[in-house]
Amino acid sequence: MSEDIGLPISHRQRLWLYCLGGLVLLFLIAPSIIIVIMSFSDSTLLQFPPQQWSLRWYQTYFQSLEWRDATIVSVKVAVMTVFVATPLGTAAAYAINRGTLRFNGTINALLTASLIVPVILIGIGTFFLYARIGLNNTLTGLVIAHTVQALPLVVLTVLSGLRSYDMNQERVARSLGAGRVAAFWQVTMPQIRFSIISGALFAFITSFDEVVVSLFISGGETTTLTRRMFNALRDQIDPTIAAISTCLIVLSVVLLSVAQIFGRRH
Amino acid sequence: MSAQSVLLNETAGGPGRDLNAQALRADARREQLRLLALLSPSLFLVFAIIIVPIGWLFWLSLFDEAGAFSAANYARFFEQASYIKTFVTTFKVAFIVTGACVLLGYPLAYMLSQLPRRAASICLIFVILPFWTSVLVRTYAWLVILQRKGLINSWLIDLGVISQPLSLANNLSGVVIGMTHILLPFLVLPLYASMKTIDTDCLRAGMNLGAGPVATFRQIFFPLSLPGLASGVVIVFVLCLGFFVTPALMGGGKVIMWAMRMEQTTSLYSNWGAGAALGVVLLVVTLALLGLFQWLLGARATGVWSSR
Repeated sequence: MSEDIGLPISHRQRLWLYCLGGLVLLFLIAPSIIIVIMSFSDSTLLQFPPQQWSLRWYQTYFQSLEWRDATIVSVKVAVMTVFVATPLGTAAAYAINRGTLRFNGTINALLTASLIVPVILIGIGTFFLYARIGLNNTLTGLVIAHTVQALPLVVLTVLSGLRSYDMNQERVARSLGAGRVAAFWQVTMPQIRFSIISGALFAFITSFDEVVVSLFISGGETTTLTRRMFNALRDQIDPTIAAISTCLIVLSVVLLSVAQIFGRRH
Repeated sequence: MSAQSVLLNETAGGPGRDLNAQALRADARREQLRLLALLSPSLFLVFAIIIVPIGWLFWLSLFDEAGAFSAANYARFFEQASYIKTFVTTFKVAFIVTGACVLLGYPLAYMLSQLPRRAASICLIFVILPFWTSVLVRTYAWLVILQRKGLINSWLIDLGVISQPLSLANNLSGVVIGMTHILLPFLVLPLYASMKTIDTDCLRAGMNLGAGPVATFRQIFFPLSLPGLASGVVIVFVLCLGFFVTPALMGGGKVIMWAMRMEQTTSLYSNWGAGAALGVVLLVVTLALLGLFQWLLGARATGVWSSR
């Protein structure tokens, strides 16, 4: 008898299920692990496990001006996206949470549109629009486009925080004489700050990992890291990309852990 | 809030009542405007970056290359064999990948839903981590693993299983494997969430009444998990249709999918009308599938995003 599932099926009878599930988990995680290990290889050949270890691909990555510039562009864009998308998304979530607005459904659909509309269409459309207003190959253009991609994630994350918060507390603050802004800032905000931080982290990673739209609207001096990686992969398989990929995987792990820790405290 | 204070200040009844109602209405209107003001920057950005360009592209798609109003951009989808081939490839890949995701994802989600909470949350990390890893990184990993001199081939040759390398990347199988890996979490997460809500009492009742484990699963658990499975299937299928990165990098130029075709027609041939028409049809198909799903199940497929 298994008390965990409360059904008269033993873990032994479930063994086949655990094996199957374990294999699928392995399928999901193995590629990342292989890349991390191979990034420390000394060889230009793709060997696994590597015969000799070295940090040469990390050296190539950090010493190459092209890769360094692309990384700086991506970090800049991601940070700016966080600073635009987080306040906008939080404000939108706050308004939606009231639920008193007419057209709430339409507004929801509009805000989550970038999750539904095929990214390739957004990419081509944005390129087309930016060509008319001169925003292609600019940081501003990238930040705007990434903000639109990140907004729904911020809105959904903050909204889930607001749903478990009692709005009456803000009402009490206001009846005690606090202004609108003060009531939000001093009463609501501290209680949903973990959702806001999670939303900001999601915005960062969304921008940093974004490929398709950046392929169309970035270039020249504003080439993002993902665009440069995409082009490099089209030509040949350069082990430097294993080192860059490892950095990206580590970044995801760190951001996710931080989000997880904040999520638990929330 | 101020509406309520107005209400309290005025004595109810008499001539004050009309004034009250007016003040309340004005206050409600002001509140609506304030909320709209909070929403307006976000709505403006979405409108400018998504709605306007798509509308513009739709408009463009209605004119042929000479600038005359025509349906030529849409008619060519039925006339030119290369377009038909693109659509066939796209749907073929979408069906195979969705099927593979179901075959791999259902047992995994089932296992996760049956595991004790702690073990499940540890296993979930292995689903969520790839979900948050760049698509590019994961495609690169599969290129390394599957290519001609890649890991699988060198292992198999070293083991003496094969003498010539198998062609796993740069063709349909590479695209399917890469996309399955990338889209699997989109199926597992909503499915797992819906399986968690299945009441164990139902299963216990079934077993009490004499059903064996297999019958309990088949007659009780599986039917109850179908809505979750359906939402996962719809999301994966829809994402397949517009997928760009993996087919572009792993298709070896042989597997031309819908999104790649759009990129080629616009970037390579600068044929905006044709590319726009492709985009419009893709959007319509996507919305139709999501709408159909919502109508059938009354659920929102985008729910998966909140489970990230």
